[in-house]
Amino acid sequence: MNFTLQIWRQDRPGDSGRYETIEAHEIDAEASFLEMLDQVNERLIAQGSRAVAFDSDCREGICGACSLTIDGLPHGPQQVTTCQTYMRDFRDGQTIRVEPFRNNAFPVMRDLVTDRGALDRIIQSGGYISTSTGPQPEPNAMPVSPEVQTTAMDAAICIGCGACVAACPNGAAMLFTGAKVTHLNSLPQGQAERGDRVRSMVHQMDAEGFGGCTNFGECSLACPQEISIDVIGTLNREYRKAVRDEKKASKKMVAQ
Amino acid sequence: MLVTDGTRARRSGLRELWDSSIGKKIAVAVSGGILVGYVVLHMLGNLNSLYGPGNGDARVDDYAHWLRTFGEPLLPYGFVLWAVRVLLLAALVVHVTGIVQLRARSRAARGGHPARRIGRSFSAATTIVTGSLLLAFIVFHILQFTTLTIDVTPLHEGAVYANLYNAFQKWYFVLLYVLAVGSLGFHLRHGVWSAVQTLGFDSPEKNQAIRRTAGALAVFVVVGFVLVPVLFWTGALSAPDVANTQASITVVAR
Ligand code: HEM
Ligand code: SF4
Ligand code: FES
Repeated sequence: MNFTLQIWRQDRPGDSGRYETIEAHEIDAEASFLEMLDQVNERLIAQGSRAVAFDSDCREGICGACSLTIDGLPHGPQQVTTCQTYMRDFRDGQTIRVEPFRNNAFPVMRDLVTDRGALDRIIQSGGYISTSTGPQPEPNAMPVSPEVQTTAMDAAICIGCGACVAACPNGAAMLFTGAKVTHLNSLPQGQAERGDRVRSMVHQMDAEGFGGCTNFGECSLACPQEISIDVIGTLNREYRKAVRDEKKASKKMVAQ
Repeated sequence: MLVTDGTRARRSGLRELWDSSIGKKIAVAVSGGILVGYVVLHMLGNLNSLYGPGNGDARVDDYAHWLRTFGEPLLPYGFVLWAVRVLLLAALVVHVTGIVQLRARSRAARGGHPARRIGRSFSAATTIVTGSLLLAFIVFHILQFTTLTIDVTPLHEGAVYANLYNAFQKWYFVLLYVLAVGSLGFHLRHGVWSAVQTLGFDSPEKNQAIRRTAGALAVFVVVGFVLVPVLFWTGALSAPDVANTQASITVVAR
């Protein structure tokens, strides 16, 4: 198969960047999008040009490292990660526009590589649980009902790829943050920091400069893990309750 | 942007809410809820004009009079009306300020690369447009029927039925009101569902039902509002009895 790629090229962070047209000839239909880029790069290097920089790691759809926006769709047309997107999903001779995940909190490092550290800092601010060391606890000391387990695990499968952010017309990171808060706040292990967790994570999300959700629901349609927009409702609820409880607690302290 | 900075700079209570994106959305949702409540009551109140001219003592004129004397003699003349006006203005200011600020944030976050439309509904994609139209309409509408400033057709204080009748003999006023109410319908369809989600009152099982309820509410409000101008225009609601109306105005205006 043959394709014409319009690829975003940017040498350094902060540069203005531009689209460059590159021909990709004789590509196997069974090649993944990243394997197609590998072949393009081999040819570019053979010509003595600079290879197109892009992110990848596991190449089996579980790590969340790959991050391309293909014709305006984060990860590509199939709602799977870019590494799981195959060239057979495109038309022979098609012109394909490839750009990095767009968000001001994801600065472009080079070409298609962005720094998604903002998501890591959101995790750092509250995506943990406190646990005591020592002898192993009683296995049944913390019962988890199947319903709670399902809710938590459906949220915990988020791979932190950032496609939701790239898809969001508001540049919000609420699906990601909602998934993390839903996961940890619904399990008994997460109760100790429940209110603090959601307040810190929302504060960090805002400090990174992500936008505000208007419930368009497009994040969910771009998410390779099909995280439901319900996690955003949960995030909103947890946050509202945490601020209210905090206010009550501080009033009590003043009274004492 | 160290994580510790974020934790330390945190404030509490209403300040924390207004400063955070989620809290601001909550303010927009709550103020929007107040406006929705008003719009439903206003629509139901307008339906009083369907009782017709009533021999110069139209029911909608009495209704407008009642709005002003509500609570008398316990409360002064027009007190409840003014209390509601102040509440509405406050809600509108919070609603619009919140949206303007959130929108500025979101634009900055996209960094000049607008997102491709993947699956947002028509009403969701146009909330900002329908909202702006409604704001302009509210200004026009108050200048027409409340302050009686835009008197293209004759307007008299207290003669609500006659005012509506005269205005809605003009096709362009009918069209304008139908368009405004149509925008309101789209605004409500996305807005009501979105507010429920923002307040976190939804749950996975209830999500579909909430979306449908928002749609049904939008249709209910649109139909109720549109009936009045359309029925005046088509002549289903007959002309006011001019001689008798003049007499009753003096009573209403006291
Ligand atoms: C067909 C549609 C409508 C008709 C016939 C209508 C009619 C009227 C009338 C006659 C008044 C004056 C009431 C009085 O003096 O007691 C009024 C006031 C008002 N209407 Fe409407 N209206 C319509 C739709 C709307 C819509 C869609 C909105 C808002 C989104 C709206 C917002 C207002 C506001 C804010 C006031 C001023 C309230 C006050 O301060 O007294 N109206 N309307
Ligand atoms: S919620 Fe989905 S799209 Fe967003 S970071 Fe997690 S896996 Fe990626
Ligand atoms: S490279 Fe790991 S998910 Fe694509």
